[in-house]
Amino acid sequence: MSTITTTDLEGAVEDAAAHLYVWALKDIPQDLRDALADARDRETSKTGIRILETIHRNVSIADEQKNLVCQDTGIAVYTCRVGEHFPLHPTRIYAALKAGTARATVEHPLRSNAVHVLTRENTGPNVGYRLPIVHWDFIPDWDGLDVKCVPKGSGSENMSFLKMCVPADGVVGIKKFVLESIVDAGGKPCPPGIVGVGIGGSADYAMYLAKEAIARPVGTRNSDPLVAQLEDELYGLLNETGIGPMGLGGDVTVLQCHIEHADTHMTLNPVAVNYQCWAARRASAHIAADGTIDFDREF
Amino acid sequence: MAHHEITFPITDPADILKLRAGDEVTVQGRIIGIRDRTQIRIFDQGVEPPMDLSGAFLLHTAPGVRKVSTDAEGRGTYEKVCIGTTTSARMVRFTEGLGEQYGVRAICGKGGFPDVAIEPMQRLGMVYFAIVGGAAALETTQIEEIEEVLWEELMPECLWKFRVRDFGPLIVGIDAHGNSLYHDVQARAHEKLKELYARL
Repeated sequence: MSTITTTDLEGAVEDAAAHLYVWALKDIPQDLRDALADARDRETSKTGIRILETIHRNVSIADEQKNLVCQDTGIAVYTCRVGEHFPLHPTRIYAALKAGTARATVEHPLRSNAVHVLTRENTGPNVGYRLPIVHWDFIPDWDGLDVKCVPKGSGSENMSFLKMCVPADGVVGIKKFVLESIVDAGGKPCPPGIVGVGIGGSADYAMYLAKEAIARPVGTRNSDPLVAQLEDELYGLLNETGIGPMGLGGDVTVLQCHIEHADTHMTLNPVAVNYQCWAARRASAHIAADGTIDFDREF
Repeated sequence: MAHHEITFPITDPADILKLRAGDEVTVQGRIIGIRDRTQIRIFDQGVEPPMDLSGAFLLHTAPGVRKVSTDAEGRGTYEKVCIGTTTSARMVRFTEGLGEQYGVRAICGKGGFPDVAIEPMQRLGMVYFAIVGGAAALETTQIEEIEEVLWEELMPECLWKFRVRDFGPLIVGIDAHGNSLYHDVQARAHEKLKELYARL
């Protein structure tokens, strides 16, 4: 898309965050547009088709008017892949992401959603204590930084579910829990969206993995063939539930099912479900060690 | 699936009673934006809403706006940035009070209301309209003006009055005759789950 060069690395990360947050909210990725078009072509219920056509019209209007696709600017979630030789400490990367999120919120202006969890008072421009949220990954023998911004809306985030299945529940237990979660969620998370599933690890790590899963490009498959097979199977089963677009019935309940996994304890079998609405917003940038920002790079 | 055009606020209950679950509706006139904190203030904190809600169409929203000026009494005027609709289910417990005490006749949101809303909606002659959630860029073009903002201190969960043109498409999710598309879809899905589980 564009390239910015700066000598101030912290400023570059802040610029990238400010741009990514707004860009993600306005311009949904091509793989998602393709998945939505495919959903419209597959749907046979009259109401479902009407809804999917309206979604298509909405995305076109957002493009034409340079407006946000959805009013829910979410909580800003970033994924950072930090090269071990990237010359800016993660502490400063975090400060820059926070400053960029706040700047974008004030300058656009974007709706500010962040509140204190007990008083419910607004804490400022989409930042606060431990907000934004950052997932970190560290890459050996590299001097770059990749940043992905995923503004996460509350309608879908409220549809998050965790079950500590036991080993005797097996893979069947995993499948049942995912199916039951998506049926119970009904129309609330703005279907058809992306079902993120995290399996293995621990309770907290399974949910972390589920969030990683929803942030993947739509329709990508887990590199482990067994997990990829489970993704295919669940995708098919979920679309047989008949929940349909906006929960009003139809053929297309989910655009995709993505699974991330981790090895786990011999007595654990955790399953976490994190839903991402149809407006599955995401935008990425690469920042080189010299501060050059490349907004074209997906990861 | 009939199509209706209705102008709010309504005075004739027949405007609501003619609607059937699954019908499509386009709305004109004035609608009122309301959300979690607004309703918590009305019902849990017992503060009377400073706006007439009789015959009203309520939209579950917390809009994205830009403040353009402040008048002599300190009241702001706002222009739209991006206005969309939030998940209704969180606010279902206010349905009966809105209809019974304040005469609200239509509630619009996304994702639907659980079955507990069916009886009061039937008894009080109310409907639930399903909007296409997330389609805020489109919805913003259908809101002509933000006419009034009360309880600004709850920003963005204030009481908003919008003038709308061709607001929709809206689907009647729950009608005033005891029918709910959400109930029907859930019932069928739970039956289907039994079949899917047997295949696993």
